[in-house]
Amino acid sequence: MGPLAQTVTRLYGRRGWSVLAACAVILFALFPLANLAMPKGSLFYISDYTVALTGKIMCYAIVALAMDLIWGYTGILSLGHGLFFALGGYMMGMHLMRMIGREGQYQSELPDFMVFLNWKAYPWYWSFTEHFWYSALLVVLVPGLLAFVFGFFAFRSRIKGVYFSIITQALTFAFMLLFFRNDTGFGGNNGFTDFKRILGYHVATSQTRMALFMLTGAVLILTLLFARTIVASKFGRVLTAIRDAESRVMFSGYNPVHYKLAIWTASAVICGIAGALYVPQVGIINPSEMSPANSIEIAIWVAVGGRGSLVGAILGAGIVNFAKSWFTVAFPEYWLFFLGLLFILVTLYLPQGVVGAFDEIRRRIEERKLGQAVRGSAA
Amino acid sequence: MSAAQIRDGDAFGGGAAAGGRVLTPGVDVSHKTILYLEDISVSFDGFKALNQLSLDIDNGELRCIIGPNGAGKTTMMDVITGKTRPDSGTVFFGQTIDLAKLTEAEIAHAGIGRKFQKPTVFEQHSVFENLELAMKTDKRVRFSLTARLDSAQRDRIAETLSLIHLAGAADRPAGLLSHGQKQWLEIGMLLMQEPRVLLLDEPVAGMTDEETERTGELCKTLAGKHSVIVVEHDMDFVAGIARKVTVLHEGSVLAEGSMDEVQNDARVIEVYLGR
Repeated sequence: MGPLAQTVTRLYGRRGWSVLAACAVILFALFPLANLAMPKGSLFYISDYTVALTGKIMCYAIVALAMDLIWGYTGILSLGHGLFFALGGYMMGMHLMRMIGREGQYQSELPDFMVFLNWKAYPWYWSFTEHFWYSALLVVLVPGLLAFVFGFFAFRSRIKGVYFSIITQALTFAFMLLFFRNDTGFGGNNGFTDFKRILGYHVATSQTRMALFMLTGAVLILTLLFARTIVASKFGRVLTAIRDAESRVMFSGYNPVHYKLAIWTASAVICGIAGALYVPQVGIINPSEMSPANSIEIAIWVAVGGRGSLVGAILGAGIVNFAKSWFTVAFPEYWLFFLGLLFILVTLYLPQGVVGAFDEIRRRIEERKLGQAVRGSAA
Repeated sequence: MSAAQIRDGDAFGGGAAAGGRVLTPGVDVSHKTILYLEDISVSFDGFKALNQLSLDIDNGELRCIIGPNGAGKTTMMDVITGKTRPDSGTVFFGQTIDLAKLTEAEIAHAGIGRKFQKPTVFEQHSVFENLELAMKTDKRVRFSLTARLDSAQRDRIAETLSLIHLAGAADRPAGLLSHGQKQWLEIGMLLMQEPRVLLLDEPVAGMTDEETERTGELCKTLAGKHSVIVVEHDMDFVAGIARKVTVLHEGSVLAEGSMDEVQNDARVIEVYLGR
């Protein structure tokens, strides 16, 4: 077997790859056909709303994968991952704001909120954001650098457990307050919205939306394969070992700080990329994305799906968010209560999440079969 | 001293963030001694856990350390492995390596392995993976990302598996092992690190008589190739393996010698054995 074939079989078995291929067909063939080629009103037509909702949830699923790597596999509960997601979104948002050009309300070269503030020029940190690839670089660099610096000090000082979680929560809260300020230069509490174009294409057309949807699907699949590669490597085994017995890892000659910092930074970068895909699809980014509750919700997705299972993370993000989109229409006031209830129920009755529950059911069925076989042969 | 040795010495002395790197410090045991503790004092909130403790361990020696609770046995191990920094005094590995300046990971790499009082293994990993993770190799992040076991490494794991009587349980999650088996797995993990010094904190706690006997045999086999330091409460076990025994009391050495000598020492009888 060649090295590539070896890598392929190590990641997933035949069934795993088949499921993945089926998902790819749905995302890259069925969705575009049903959305763009079918007439409206046809039984097979998928509405723009469904495409947008699914695209948005796929962004969340990418975030859930990032969260699972750091929490499920390494045992570090971050309650500030929404910050990295939002920062990635803001970096992409800056570029989209530049692309509005003179089509804003005030027909100025500057974004409307800057005109409103009486600013005459872009602040220095907006430089070069009119170039797409520079902005794409910022999407990766800004969350990555912030995570690296924060993680360096936190992990080196051996801040762990609930203390780490609280500090990440405070970090995202501090950034939210910072971004709420008009002086910060990111549109204050309104954030960025009214985008017009991305790479020359109008953002609101079905075609552009479908392209963004497919791109998000591709990134989701690549992130899953990346995460799977990490988890199946010796690096991944060291991460899980840190989760289960950090002192033994240290006395085995590994420096846990380097390992935590590497996965923490990678996790933040993945969130940033998800945020950048999210913003052109939903058409808005504002500081509420940095609210502490948003970051807590990310942890709930992973808990519901199943910590320490990559598929579980994706399922969790899907289940909670589809439920949310239905619930917030049907009973808008009760969503947060329902979310809290869901979290309590999952913690009490499904400690391994949905995936763990499925495994348990499968195990019981097999045991029963085995029992019947034994009784059958005895009789 | 060659230039290479000097460079290695500097890298260690500087306490640079070398965590996980394979350094070949070449432990200098030209004076027969592999571990020097001199005038070590450690206090926690006024309580003197170690009080000017001085202790030398010879290269290849099997040393048993006994003492009542609170005598400072575990704190001594913490100082040697870098978990606790001494308030005063020096601790050297061979002639050149100052352990007080290294991190836990660097000390482990330099060649000191430690078994904890409570067996500490990676419960979610298989027995095989536990040994794989402990194996002496480059332990930096970028090497772990692409690391693959070669056949020589697989053979080493297989050898250790049969040495610790777990060859039949290689694929079992370590969390499902019995208490005694976990103790053995942890010793196996230490051996995979190819340490010069093995620190064993109560290695036979919770073991059956048969397991205890086998552990004693193992300790005797390991001595010579490694220096082995055993901290133990089980007097029969110590009597069975001991060549030289050190008695700790209130953070310093009370007596040292053969098992017979310390058992007949009046002060030892008073503080420890007589009770």
